[in-house]
Amino acid sequence: MPRRGKNLEKYLRQDIMPSPWCPGCGHGNILHGLLESFRRLELDLDKVVVIGGIGCSGRTPFFTNTNSMHTTHGRALAFSTGVKMANPELTVVSVMGDGDSVGIGGNHFIHACRRNINLNAIIFNNSIYGMTGGQTAPTTPTGKKSTTSYSGSIEAPFDIVELSMAAGATFVARTTTFDFQEIPNLITRAIEHPGFSVVEVLSQCPTYYGRINKLGDPTQMLDYEKDLTFTSEPISREEMLGEMPVGVFREEIKPEYTEQYNQVYSNKEEIHAS
Amino acid sequence: MKSGTMQLIQGNEACALGALEAGCNFFAGYPITPASEIMETMARELPKKDGNFIQMEDEIGSLAAVIGASWSGAKAMTATSGPGFSLMQEHVGYASMTETPCVIVDSQRGGPSTGLPTLASQGDVMQAKWGTHGDHPVIVLTASSVQTTYEMSIEAFNMSEKFRVPVILLLDAVISHMRENISFPKIEVIDRKRPEKPDDFQPFLDETFLAFGEGSRKLVTGLGHDERGYPETTNGTPAEERLKKSFERIEQNLDTITKYKSYYLDDANFLIISYGITSRAAKAAVDKLRASGLSIGMIDLQTLWPFPEKLINELAQNVEGILVPEMNLGQIVMPVRMAVGGLASIQPLNRADGRLFKPKEIIEGIQKMQHQNGQSNFKKLSTSN
Repeated sequence: MPRRGKNLEKYLRQDIMPSPWCPGCGHGNILHGLLESFRRLELDLDKVVVIGGIGCSGRTPFFTNTNSMHTTHGRALAFSTGVKMANPELTVVSVMGDGDSVGIGGNHFIHACRRNINLNAIIFNNSIYGMTGGQTAPTTPTGKKSTTSYSGSIEAPFDIVELSMAAGATFVARTTTFDFQEIPNLITRAIEHPGFSVVEVLSQCPTYYGRINKLGDPTQMLDYEKDLTFTSEPISREEMLGEMPVGVFREEIKPEYTEQYNQVYSNKEEIHAS
Repeated sequence: MKSGTMQLIQGNEACALGALEAGCNFFAGYPITPASEIMETMARELPKKDGNFIQMEDEIGSLAAVIGASWSGAKAMTATSGPGFSLMQEHVGYASMTETPCVIVDSQRGGPSTGLPTLASQGDVMQAKWGTHGDHPVIVLTASSVQTTYEMSIEAFNMSEKFRVPVILLLDAVISHMRENISFPKIEVIDRKRPEKPDDFQPFLDETFLAFGEGSRKLVTGLGHDERGYPETTNGTPAEERLKKSFERIEQNLDTITKYKSYYLDDANFLIISYGITSRAAKAAVDKLRASGLSIGMIDLQTLWPFPEKLINELAQNVEGILVPEMNLGQIVMPVRMAVGGLASIQPLNRADGRLFKPKEIIEGIQKMQHQNGQSNFKKLSTSN
């Protein structure tokens, strides 16, 4: 049996490996899903831009053999907005962590959702600030421990799916690294969707979140992800064992920002008269 | 605008029209007094030229969008005032680190913090150079009239494109909002240089540039990196090399970057070094002092950073005293002191109350300096009017 990912080699910037991700980290599975989506969509990599923020997830653009931009903490979507607007032909994928996207970048996130600009926000949610040493994130569940909440977080976490829906994203989905085969399915649908897409992927951080909260080794953490979630497909109340639904929560077509801009301003005579 | 025509326009409009003349086709911004009319003009004019305009959620996002657009090949700018300029510092650093051409206009108002939103200031001169962390190359221009605002706006784009560096254009609340009759001289427009061999393109080798989507898949990062853009963070040598190269690019072109206007320098015993709106009062003061027989000249700096050290040093060799009026509590006087190096006495003249200098106050400043220098043989000058 060929090694998984063998057919994705041309999508990987191999001369920059290895990655800084710890053994057992879930982020590699999300990268695999992203590259697999590129393969399925047969994208011209010259016309793809992967834009990351800061943190473990922010390193993803280094490893995609595309145009890559590693930006500042929380601002990936603001950079992406400029890239996309100035050249709408480019496929833009914005990879962000949980603290990156809804902590420091929360404002950019909700406004990108609201604008419905054709960007694809892939959120690597490991419930903690990994790169800086395991501090509480805006997604750390209440009661879970971190290096800045030794007795368990007393704050309520953001639900990224609910936040995205409320802010106006037109494609919203969630999965986990346990369901790793679902990751490329959802990212592919997100890229195909002509509007702002959010795909949240719960990912395991065995080094900090798992160790501090005694969730076991990486495989045990994947089981934890499985137990934490339930499918959002038609399901009875009794079957909702976990706390977080996974699946596609919204997929609707609304006017896309760059298209609207070009449409509204295409009548030059009218603008000149104004 | 057709060259040769004259038009009565506002400073902020002139700034926007200059940018459009320079080929600006992307603007992202956030409302702020006293810079908003630049954004409003761009919102109105850019769609007519197939350009893109977007109002972002804040100034951090505005400059981020501008940098992103620049990497998509656009000639991009943003405009703000002090509080917004403070927020933008994060991305001034990113633009420097990634050698991204872009223009940032800061119409200065009284600070710090929310300060004096509708009153003019020259308090951001040091921030423009040192605001973001780390050593970073940056060019800072300023203007003393609506006419030069138009011209400097074009120069800002030209220098940004030529040297792949963020260029900051410092205006102030008065320049931004006053109206003057201006002409539209033809100024050559410079675009970023394309690599001779696009296939072998290395994004951080020199000033050549290829945008996303133009074939060569690039890696752009704010981390220390080599000429390919590959991060190198455990060994700082490649990062230092990149930085030094960016600085060199500017230092080797100081002659074309350094812009100024000078008046009566040939036989001057006294010199006024000023910039921006303050140069207007300084010029009126110099004319008056000249009429009364004082050998005084002035220089109106249009390029503030890199500071024209050599020029100031040369001028200082032939004068007794230098007056440095500025609408802050003493900023450009610091590099002036370093450049002069004791060759002449230096008298700062400062105010941070949001009001403009009157010519009379500058004349008094010169008289005070004369007095201190023991130059009492000059006749007492009238300070009325």
